[in-house]
Amino acid sequence: MIEVQNLTKTYGPTVAVDGISFEIPRGEVVGFLGPNGAGKTTTMRILTCYLPADSGEARVAGHDTFTEPVEVRRRIGYLPESAPVYAEMGIVEYLDFVAEVRGIPSSDRKSRIGRAVERTGLGPMIQKDIGQLSKGYRQRVGLAATLIHDPEVLVLDEPTTGLDPNQIIEIRQLIREIGREKTVILSTHILPEVEATCDRVLIINYGTIVASGTTDELTRAAQGEVLTRISVRGEAVNVEPVLMSTEGIEKVSRLDPIKDGTCRYELTTKDSEIEERLFHLAVGNNWVLTELHTETLSLEQVFTQLTLGDR
Amino acid sequence: MSPTLSIAKKEFRAYFQSPIAYVFITLFLVLSVWIFFFLSNFFLVGQSTLRTLFDWIPITFLIFVPAVTMRTWAEEQKLGTAEILLTFPVRDWEVVLGKFLAGLAFLSVAILLTLPLTATVAWLGNPDNGAVIAGYVGSILLGAAYLSIGLWVSSMTQNQIVAFLISLVLCFILFIVGIPTTLSSLPDWLVPFVSRLSLGAHYDSIGRGVIDSRDVLYFLSIIVFFLFLNVQSIASRRWS
Repeated sequence: MIEVQNLTKTYGPTVAVDGISFEIPRGEVVGFLGPNGAGKTTTMRILTCYLPADSGEARVAGHDTFTEPVEVRRRIGYLPESAPVYAEMGIVEYLDFVAEVRGIPSSDRKSRIGRAVERTGLGPMIQKDIGQLSKGYRQRVGLAATLIHDPEVLVLDEPTTGLDPNQIIEIRQLIREIGREKTVILSTHILPEVEATCDRVLIINYGTIVASGTTDELTRAAQGEVLTRISVRGEAVNVEPVLMSTEGIEKVSRLDPIKDGTCRYELTTKDSEIEERLFHLAVGNNWVLTELHTETLSLEQVFTQLTLGDR
Repeated sequence: MSPTLSIAKKEFRAYFQSPIAYVFITLFLVLSVWIFFFLSNFFLVGQSTLRTLFDWIPITFLIFVPAVTMRTWAEEQKLGTAEILLTFPVRDWEVVLGKFLAGLAFLSVAILLTLPLTATVAWLGNPDNGAVIAGYVGSILLGAAYLSIGLWVSSMTQNQIVAFLISLVLCFILFIVGIPTTLSSLPDWLVPFVSRLSLGAHYDSIGRGVIDSRDVLYFLSIIVFFLFLNVQSIASRRWS
């Protein structure tokens, strides 16, 4: 659906997008994840033909963004960053205008506006001017406008910034729902958002893609080390040396002071089957295991690892 | 309906959605009526002519038109709505033309609202119809030229006030270069060139009651030129 090859865009001396390539198949929800200024917005602006790339190629549904901008835009619904709106217009009036500019015949408009309003939950506000709406509802108006022509591709630039937690959850649900039929690209610098809405993540930093994959794949790939926490009822003097001498355990650190004859440890290993081995170890030494917990690196840690590193 | 017309329709309606439009139209009409009846001593002179009204149009438009155009692009760029408009499946020039047509329609409404003045004159005396029609045609052409200048200036800033002042000054310069006082202070060889370039000279020429195709062509080329600059300044986002 979307093919991007070696895309580069510079603003004067700043390289905003530095030769990125990716492909997004039909019906996938992809998140652009990256710190502010990583090149997410610029990439989206190139895809929506708002800005041209300096070099490289981007195609949407087989149409080139540089030579066939009108064809590309016909197939895209675009919500720019911070969802700008015409405050003095009414909701229906605005949606009708968008539909009209997009060439939807007037006989179709009413039903299409109705559907977009229903999907985005704008019903209760329908009589109001956009300027009277809260940030969350304005965002919905923006989303409704992107849906009006039933586009194949949705490009949403930070669709949840500035919303309160409840609104964020609602908008995410909406995106998930839309993503069942459409190809969606959304950008964000909020990690849980990606985990909540996207099939696949592209982590962008300094205009390049530093990682891509499903959230599971990414967390697994970044996992050099596994942290395991165990609690054992028994004497620390007996337990600690055994743990330390066990093969595969690289570091043993005692967590809190021993109380009620229980000692807690945090173990660092590279062994993915550490849980099973710890169980056998406990059985062999007649320990009573009261806690055994393996912590995987969260996407957040992966993100920090990938984007905080030196260039 | 073509996207250009859809945009024009939306922009035209937007004028009336803010109180500013009504304020400016009222001011324009009050000023016109005041100039017409009192400044020109209409009742003392006792001539049934609209000459004073049309003589003052270039000055009243100098305030009125930049006030109409100042927000068109500046506001969109400031709020970011320009990005919505320019990512619709339309060409940049279609958006520019749409905005221009909306401005022209709004301006025409203001001009048509002076018709009661014309009716009064016709009722009181026997004005030269040709001169009156030429006066209206000239006003619309001049207004459209100011409009295209104002739109272009507005597209280069995010600040409405800056847009207003620069358009006012630019229109003023383009109007004034042709009047005798300016011309007499110029070197002789420059005079024919400058006087042909001036909006004022061509406006006066039409105002005398003769709609010459050269004058009309002059106004049309000014309009096309500044609309072209407007398209370029919108497209300049791509050049950085």
